[in-house]
Amino acid sequence: MTDDLLMRVDGLTLCYGDIRAVNKISFTLAKGQILGFLGPNGAGKSTTLRLLSGVLAPDAGRIVIADSDLLDQPIQAKRAMGYLPEQPPLYRELTVDEQLLYSARLHGLNGAASRVALTRVKERCGLVEVGKRLTGNLSKGYRQRVGIAQAILHDPPIILLDEPTVGLDPIQLRDVRRLIRELGESRGIILSTHLLTEVQAMCSHVQIMRAGKLVYAGALADLEGRQGSTSLRIGLGAPPPLASLAEIPEVERVEALGTGRFRLYHRSGETFHRAIVERSVREAWDLWELVPERDSLERIFVELTLGEEIAQ
Amino acid sequence: MILLIASRELRRLWLSPVAWTLLAVAQGLCAWLFLLLIDDFRNLQGRLVGLENPPGVTDLVAAPLFRVAVWCFLMLTPLLTMNLISEERRSRTLDLLLSSPVSVAAIVLGKYLGVLVFLLGATALIALMPLTLGTGTTLDVGKLLAGWLGLALLVAGFAAAGLYISTLTSQPMVAAVATLGLLLFLCVIDLRTVGGEAAGSLLGYLSLLGHHDALLRGLFDSADVVYYLLFSVTFLGLAIQRLDNERLGH
Repeated sequence: MTDDLLMRVDGLTLCYGDIRAVNKISFTLAKGQILGFLGPNGAGKSTTLRLLSGVLAPDAGRIVIADSDLLDQPIQAKRAMGYLPEQPPLYRELTVDEQLLYSARLHGLNGAASRVALTRVKERCGLVEVGKRLTGNLSKGYRQRVGIAQAILHDPPIILLDEPTVGLDPIQLRDVRRLIRELGESRGIILSTHLLTEVQAMCSHVQIMRAGKLVYAGALADLEGRQGSTSLRIGLGAPPPLASLAEIPEVERVEALGTGRFRLYHRSGETFHRAIVERSVREAWDLWELVPERDSLERIFVELTLGEEIAQ
Repeated sequence: MILLIASRELRRLWLSPVAWTLLAVAQGLCAWLFLLLIDDFRNLQGRLVGLENPPGVTDLVAAPLFRVAVWCFLMLTPLLTMNLISEERRSRTLDLLLSSPVSVAAIVLGKYLGVLVFLLGATALIALMPLTLGTGTTLDVGKLLAGWLGLALLVAGFAAAGLYISTLTSQPMVAAVATLGLLLFLCVIDLRTVGGEAAGSLLGYLSLLGHHDALLRGLFDSADVVYYLLFSVTFLGLAIQRLDNERLGH
């Protein structure tokens, strides 16, 4: 393995009876990558993360973490990993401090090191003021943050987060996203979500899952580049005939929206916007509104999760 | 790691009202019985004088007390062990242990050790009752120790069986009932000798209580001790295997 490669997964498969919950998934995770597992509910995201964390055993396939096979040398492999399950594993009768200290000790930190880690992580995750409270009495957002703190406590090179932002309020959400991006700079992070906005806000790479299969894997930038036509909404005081708008280079289709508004579908490109402005001035269309409508990734996501399988 | 998990388990019991209630019930029942036994002994004392080799206070008070304590623990241990794994499974905290760099054996042994220390503490409290008689009379310390050792070994076996059954389900109540059933079955397995001599002696060997009687009489037979150790080790092994199977595939 090269220095930057943290995890290699080959042909991971898990069946529940006849159902293939995870079907021959292969990928790699490198340092500096934040990999988002994206897919509708029941696509197998959580199951995949459970397999990667070593909580569940695959029927077939290999997971190699930092040169150790997760099945053959589980202890070495697990040492390099922090995992936040779908439901944060917290003991209700422990305080936040006790819970985190216990978790740190379980991950092999000694007494002094775990107290240092505790202070550091509580600050990072905004838990300083709830240290003495019982985890059972915390609100969902705080429980989630304790769960994240638990996953990063021993400073592992690989962090697995199953829906890390569920139950957070908008401010916590912003903080946690920033935390994850910061952590991702020097580590490898895999997170799962069914929300596309989460992937857009945090991830460098995305893997889309559907019915246990990986239907897309690549850098987020590539996925954005895959977008076909985007559209531009314009409002004109003195619009030309529809046909002449359709003849503008790069325009694929024109839609009249009424009251002088039109939607132009075109190949993406900033120069197109400039060309429209120049042309409207030259031909006195009396342009009073110009709104670039970026086609959201949502559509591609829907296409991929519902539509045909697309080769990587 | 084993010690860490054991101390966590012990602390969980320490904080749980269930454990304290069980301890109080066991202690209360045994204390009441202890008083009755002492009263009996006082009434019998006059007649005992005439006997050639009269049974002492250890035989007439401590042994029956331990015998009843066994039944107390038989009922109460499943309620303590039911939570060991199944509660963690139900509240999803097992994921923390399974994703940590800790072997399954360490998890199982840690849990076992934690609950065992609690239970041994409880048996020690009960053993203290006859020990207090030492202030007024002479006790047969050997017999007392043998009886306590028997009780401790039995309880260790109960806990191991309970731990194993707790790994099988995510419903603590199911684990408790199944453990109680198994333990009761193993206690009454030799009540009727069926299927001839050979089967009878096999069932007799399997019986949990048969091995305790000898210890109560002060007969320290290593075979009895080995029986209880084997019993515990077997169930611990089964528990480790059961959890490891979950990790290694079906």
